[in-house]
Amino acid sequence: MRTTRHTLMACAAVSALFLAGCSSDESTTQDSDSLTIGIKFDQPGLGFKDGETYTGFDVDVAKYVADKLGYTEDQIEFVEAISANRETMLEGDQVDMIFATYSITEERDQVVDFAGPYFVAGQDLLVRADDMDITGPESLSGKNLCSVSGSTSAQRVKDTYDTGSEINLVEQPGYSECLSLLTGGQVDAVTTDDIILAGLAAEEGSGAMKVVGNPFSEERYGVGIPEGSDQCTAINEALTEMFDDGSWQEAIDAATDGTGFVPNADLNPPTLVECAA
Amino acid sequence: MSDFLDVLTNYDILGAYWVNIQLAFFSAVFALLLGLVLAMMRISPVPSLRGFGASYVNLMRNTPLTVIVVFAILVLWPIFNVSFSDNFNQNFFWLAVLSLSLYHASFFCEAIRSGVNTVPVGQAEAARAIGLSFLPAARLVIMPQAFRGAIAPLGNTLIALIKNTTVAAAASVAEVSILMREMIESNGNYVIPIFLTIAVGFVILVIPVGMLTTYLSQKLAVSR
Repeated sequence: MRTTRHTLMACAAVSALFLAGCSSDESTTQDSDSLTIGIKFDQPGLGFKDGETYTGFDVDVAKYVADKLGYTEDQIEFVEAISANRETMLEGDQVDMIFATYSITEERDQVVDFAGPYFVAGQDLLVRADDMDITGPESLSGKNLCSVSGSTSAQRVKDTYDTGSEINLVEQPGYSECLSLLTGGQVDAVTTDDIILAGLAAEEGSGAMKVVGNPFSEERYGVGIPEGSDQCTAINEALTEMFDDGSWQEAIDAATDGTGFVPNADLNPPTLVECAA
Repeated sequence: MSDFLDVLTNYDILGAYWVNIQLAFFSAVFALLLGLVLAMMRISPVPSLRGFGASYVNLMRNTPLTVIVVFAILVLWPIFNVSFSDNFNQNFFWLAVLSLSLYHASFFCEAIRSGVNTVPVGQAEAARAIGLSFLPAARLVIMPQAFRGAIAPLGNTLIALIKNTTVAAAASVAEVSILMREMIESNGNYVIPIFLTIAVGFVILVIPVGMLTTYLSQKLAVSR
């Protein structure tokens, strides 16, 4: 009987320790000595995990903003934020910010806050460099097209341009699969936002692919932050500085090196949206 | 709440589930047939057939389904030009059915074989004694009893198959998990309700299958 009571007490003590551990862990995420940033890990040119280093335009912007907010690079912890998880990660306070080709939309704005936008992308087409037939979404009839399953780009093609089911759309889990089908000749074009396509072409490197350069949508990439966060104004100030001192342009050039990609100059660098009070 | 219902009515959820049901139906038929052939091989008196059956089961059962589906879409279709239909999207559907059938055939085979193990050796010996050779003995004596003993494991495999149809998303089949991703992409404010709706759909699909197979396995069990 006595031993039972001792065991019980020991168990209670241990679980109390565990619980204490949990709560202190949670508070460190909010602490000022580290910053957790959600990025894509699989998009070369934007957010890409290359061994232990992270490269891409989103990463560069994230580092710049973090620096202006007073964090050194060692204090940044990058975590993967896949598209479907972004809202839940912000709502659950698992990340402090998200830089992951995160388009500002009305629906998302209801549950998270956005700073920025820091880039305005447009849906475009990536084709083989010798392809002269495809000039835009209207010239896709009878062609095979690849996009990522469930993405906005895939939906737009299905809803807007594929009226008589003349476009053959393959939906793949990631862009690398699409790229392999494009190189192999099974599809004639890959579609998503132009800067992602430019990043893919730059990563491939041989100049075998080109971005068509006829964007047919406007995607405003914002910085996702938890609802009610007080960081929005500071992030916007950092972004303004980045636009003005030339490092924004440098980051774009580095990400799309060798592809001749020029962002839509009418919209970039974008006008920042006022932070909600 | 009513906003969320609007979101649901914007999408053809039932149509997407119908694709999953079709995938499950065709895959189950082909996988059961192939599984039966494999099970016959594994209990046959010919060593090379037994070896082939065992190798197939061990190879397929231990390969992740996603790998098989991706192999079909990124190797079979582009490199070996395997095509089942002139219709672009229908072709992916059949490639997905092929992958699901090949994968689940190994599980159906093992389910049937477990049923064979419930048949007493005396039955096979009696069949031999009245002059039946392997195939007639299997067809008339062993398999009818084996199936009745294998209903529960066959049902489990069928349930796994129904849920695994979502892996066909990797083969560009417009089924419910792709629809779920689309819905989340455009309606980031309802991530959890959307997820739960889709999950409940699968529960509704699978529970009757479980109840039916439990009922049948009791009703049809060979009393010994």
